[in-house]
Amino acid sequence: MSETPLKHTPLDSLHRSLGAKMVPFAGYEMPIQYADGIVAEHNHTRAAAGLFDVSHMGQARLEGREVIAAFEKLVPGEIAALKPGRMRYTQLTNDEGGILDDLMVTRLEDMLGDERLFLVVNAACKDADFQHIGASLGNLPRLEVLETRALLALQGPKAIGVMAEVLKNCADTRCTGMSFMSMREIDSDFGKLFISRCGYTGEDGFEISVEASKAEGLARALLQSDDVRPIGLGARDTLRLEAGLCLYGHDIDTATTPIEAGLIWSIGKRRRLEGGFAGADVILKQIADGPSRKLVGLLPDGRAPAREGTEITSPDGAVIGKVTSGGFGPTLGGPLAMGYVASEFAAPGTGVNLMVRGKALPARVAAMPFVPNNYYRP
Amino acid sequence: MSDTRYTKDHEFIRIEGDSAVIGITAYAQEQLGDVVFVELPEIGAEFASGDEAAVVESVKAASEVYAPISGAVLEVNGDLEGEPGLVNEDPVGRGWFMRLSVSDKSELDDLMDEAAYQAHLAEL
Repeated sequence: MSETPLKHTPLDSLHRSLGAKMVPFAGYEMPIQYADGIVAEHNHTRAAAGLFDVSHMGQARLEGREVIAAFEKLVPGEIAALKPGRMRYTQLTNDEGGILDDLMVTRLEDMLGDERLFLVVNAACKDADFQHIGASLGNLPRLEVLETRALLALQGPKAIGVMAEVLKNCADTRCTGMSFMSMREIDSDFGKLFISRCGYTGEDGFEISVEASKAEGLARALLQSDDVRPIGLGARDTLRLEAGLCLYGHDIDTATTPIEAGLIWSIGKRRRLEGGFAGADVILKQIADGPSRKLVGLLPDGRAPAREGTEITSPDGAVIGKVTSGGFGPTLGGPLAMGYVASEFAAPGTGVNLMVRGKALPARVAAMPFVPNNYYRP
Repeated sequence: MSDTRYTKDHEFIRIEGDSAVIGITAYAQEQLGDVVFVELPEIGAEFASGDEAAVVESVKAASEVYAPISGAVLEVNGDLEGEPGLVNEDPVGRGWFMRLSVSDKSELDDLMDEAAYQAHLAEL
């Protein structure tokens, strides 16, 4: 048992007043669920809108002359082509092509000749990430960790209507016009907000960076709407799993590459041609030759969930991989999993077995997402 | 005349003559959250007290259910296959798991009665 005291987000007392069940997660005490329970919270997010506290995640601004070219040495993503206000999903890689973390990178407007990036990284990795970025880029660029900002996510088909209503007093409130994977800075009743149209549920929605002192006020204003309910980490996990989105430390880590994890779509064409990022030798070779194993979706034929760590075997009993995330999908209405398999078993429809409590349960490799996503595509 | 006993792991044992109906308590289902799958034993399987007898899976995790007494499985609740949510809706009624023969009545003395279980819950 670790004796390190758990940290608390600016919404801690709000969670408790809403009846949250709090659990340790990535060094924080976080709500795993509220009174409604995980399935009801999951379904509410798909049908209306869910409010998530993701303030444990790391936020930072990276600024400096030609900082984008320097940052591109750390990630395989196409950052240079981003226009101000646009964002990308990418990964921090190591020299072996392993994934140190996955993150969202937004290009902000240049200021006084400096290029500026806004980064959102995973809670469990944030200290190591910022140290790595700082050490790799040297002293010239400025890395400002935004420790006094909270992060809320409002996700679901009703999120857009709620945002328009809650921010109606703002001069520049046109969230409705925002495209998917874009960010705006908005002056609001809740101070300066960085609003991104993105998320981790497969639904349309927003992530809102807000000063810690204004976070509870904003959360309460969003919860005023009948369409919005608070959602815990339990439903965040079932939502992202149905959406086929990787969870760092489970589906991806330093022992997996972006190619094995099926994240080749996040590597731009120019980066594939030019390389010039950590682990490029390994990653470009895997792009050319194909990886020996791949992360795939798995649908058990029966009703029993296969959890993380479950062995995956071929029909003739050979071990071909392991489940990295698995459970029950409320929208899917059945069990689902993700795991790595030897590449010859990676085609959708391939029959495999999942070894659950000593029994071989038949399953099929399935294309992801498991549930069609509902991102805003005008 | 039925008599219900409890374990500290929040199983109930409803004694009905020479057999007992086993399941999990209202407190247990609330702690587990939404139950999505229950793995039940084969009819005829024999357990010693403390053996793993069933597995209940919620959205969150899988939890083992141990045989609270020694006995053979006489019957299992087949309704749970299609409707595992019965464990949440009616844990001590339609959400029962299995019926065991009572092979050693003295084992029942080691289990809590209603008053002792309520006192146990109050301490949690």
